[in-house]
Amino acid sequence: MSILSLALKSLKNRKTTALLTIFSIAVSVALLLGVERIRVEAKNSFTNTVSGTDLIVGARSSSLNLLLYSVFHIGNATNNVTWKTYQDLTSDPAVAWSVPIALGDSHHGYRVVGTTHGMFSHFRYGDNESLNLTEGKPLNALYDAVLGSEVAASLGYEIGEKIALSHGVERKSLQSHDDKPFTVTGILKPTGTPMDRVIMISLQGIEALHIDWANGAPPISAFSVSAEQAEAMNLSPTSVTAYFVGLKSRIAAFRYQRKVNEYRQEAMTAILPGVALQELWQLVGTAEKALLVVSVMVVLAGLMGMLTTILTSLNERRREMAILRSAGARPVHIFTLMITESVVYAIAGTLLGFLILYGLLFAVQPVVQQMLGLHLAISAPGTFEASLAGMIIVCAIVLGMIPAWRAYKNSLADGLTIRV
Amino acid sequence: MTDSRSHIIELSAIEFSWKAGLPVLDIPELTVSRGEKVFVRGPSGSGKTTLLGLLGGVITPQRGQVKVLGSDISRFSPVQRDRFRADHIGFIFQMFNLIPYLSVIENVTLPLSFAKERKSNLAGSARSEQDEARRLLKHLELDDSLLHRPVTELSIGQQQRVAAARALIGKPDLIIADEPTSALDTDTREAFINLLFAECQAAGNTLLFVSHDQGLETLFDRSIALNEINRASQCRTTATPVSKAMEVA
Repeated sequence: MSILSLALKSLKNRKTTALLTIFSIAVSVALLLGVERIRVEAKNSFTNTVSGTDLIVGARSSSLNLLLYSVFHIGNATNNVTWKTYQDLTSDPAVAWSVPIALGDSHHGYRVVGTTHGMFSHFRYGDNESLNLTEGKPLNALYDAVLGSEVAASLGYEIGEKIALSHGVERKSLQSHDDKPFTVTGILKPTGTPMDRVIMISLQGIEALHIDWANGAPPISAFSVSAEQAEAMNLSPTSVTAYFVGLKSRIAAFRYQRKVNEYRQEAMTAILPGVALQELWQLVGTAEKALLVVSVMVVLAGLMGMLTTILTSLNERRREMAILRSAGARPVHIFTLMITESVVYAIAGTLLGFLILYGLLFAVQPVVQQMLGLHLAISAPGTFEASLAGMIIVCAIVLGMIPAWRAYKNSLADGLTIRV
Repeated sequence: MTDSRSHIIELSAIEFSWKAGLPVLDIPELTVSRGEKVFVRGPSGSGKTTLLGLLGGVITPQRGQVKVLGSDISRFSPVQRDRFRADHIGFIFQMFNLIPYLSVIENVTLPLSFAKERKSNLAGSARSEQDEARRLLKHLELDDSLLHRPVTELSIGQQQRVAAARALIGKPDLIIADEPTSALDTDTREAFINLLFAECQAAGNTLLFVSHDQGLETLFDRSIALNEINRASQCRTTATPVSKAMEVA
């Protein structure tokens, strides 16, 4: 009989504690793998908040600021870009498409983004995915609005709802654009990006809202223009806040960036969103590292549990060891027997952990996709998972040496005497 | 040397102490010949456990020779002693001698996985390990129907017979039985000893039977009183504290 089958039979004899130990290791392994999986997906999702866009252009500011207000709708632009400059810069032959955005209004704390149809045809996020509507249609009429999924869900809006936008981005806005209500015509599918929290209207809509405003102040009633009147007026935009650019060839990105940054008529900044997003992730990514550390600790706790179980069983098993010794087992056999036990725990625990993880992934994937727009890819274990499993088994062997060494010393001291 | 070949055990001038200055074993001479069935009468404190430790090669004496099968095992390395014990000595203990999670057959064949020589002895007989285990168990009058029961469900007498089969398998030269009958009642005790004798006789094993039960003495070829040959026996020197005697026992 081999030491391995001896160890397995011995474990089978202590089924309950053995299974509990394996289960606690499995849960900790599943947690660690799960956290890592979510961490990777969250990072991918974050750095792919904007994809397929080669450059983001706005008024001169820091690249982080430009990224924050144009993509995440956090903070404000230092300045606007005039329509003339926008047209001038996007007429560059290298430009394949451009999508302008105009910010500055809000609705119940959600940002209003004035934009064009290009937002639906050119803007990409995640793995080259475009903005799709769950229902309704994109912007057609002047007072049409398309809601992000979260806006629609949390405010309970449906197609056909009339909404009044507010001037400024504070939650309690002083001035309301209630004279020109918008109609919800479409609701976006969840994207897992800041686009879930915006209200999109046309650039002309933005223009109409502010047509009777002067120097950032609301009109006095005598000069106010009604919604119907505004529709008949010239609503060609005078300025935008920023714009997304897609180039015909990526090679032109740096040349175009330089051209924008050196633009004489207006102080401008162009950023490469991929690079800027990576930089930003470095900042916010600390939390996920902490999470990873915590789950590593949980795995250690699981292994410590295993150590405790084995150490506790040692005294009860002194008789067993002495019998084995009298049947010819050497102390080194006893040592191997104990190490084998740890390895069996670790391997069984890790395998079960993987099973739990994949079971959970299959169960929650559709829910997470629907609720958070976070796509959890279910793929075969990669090198990270493999090396993790290897590390857990190595740790188990190292920890297993402690009880194995004690059993070894015990069996040397006890000899053939059976101590009860 | 011809003399030592016929001697299975040859102790000469051995002294052993757990603590310096307090010898527990001091035996000028003890010999057991091949094929002999020797009864060793050892009351508590006579140094019985220590003697078995020396013969099993788990401990080594501070002085003297422990010759088993002509080799002085006290000069062996611990690994050599372990191998020597596994190959040449079969042990039977008082009770609860079996590994609870192994089947009856697995318990009997257990020593074969550790003792090459006993395994090769068996190979010569052209019987499989399991068959040999069954044969021994049958000779020891253990029913086939018991073979598939968990060993913990066997009676003490049945367990001791399984332990005896384990000691006998692979024909080790020496069988050391340490109080194997103390948990049995009088009837099963003699039956057990007779079965053990028959097996030893058939296989040519030497038997060293340690017990404090003097009623069995007459069944053996020879009887040795350990407390008489051991000059350090606690039973002769009453000056030693009782606690010491307990520890030794």
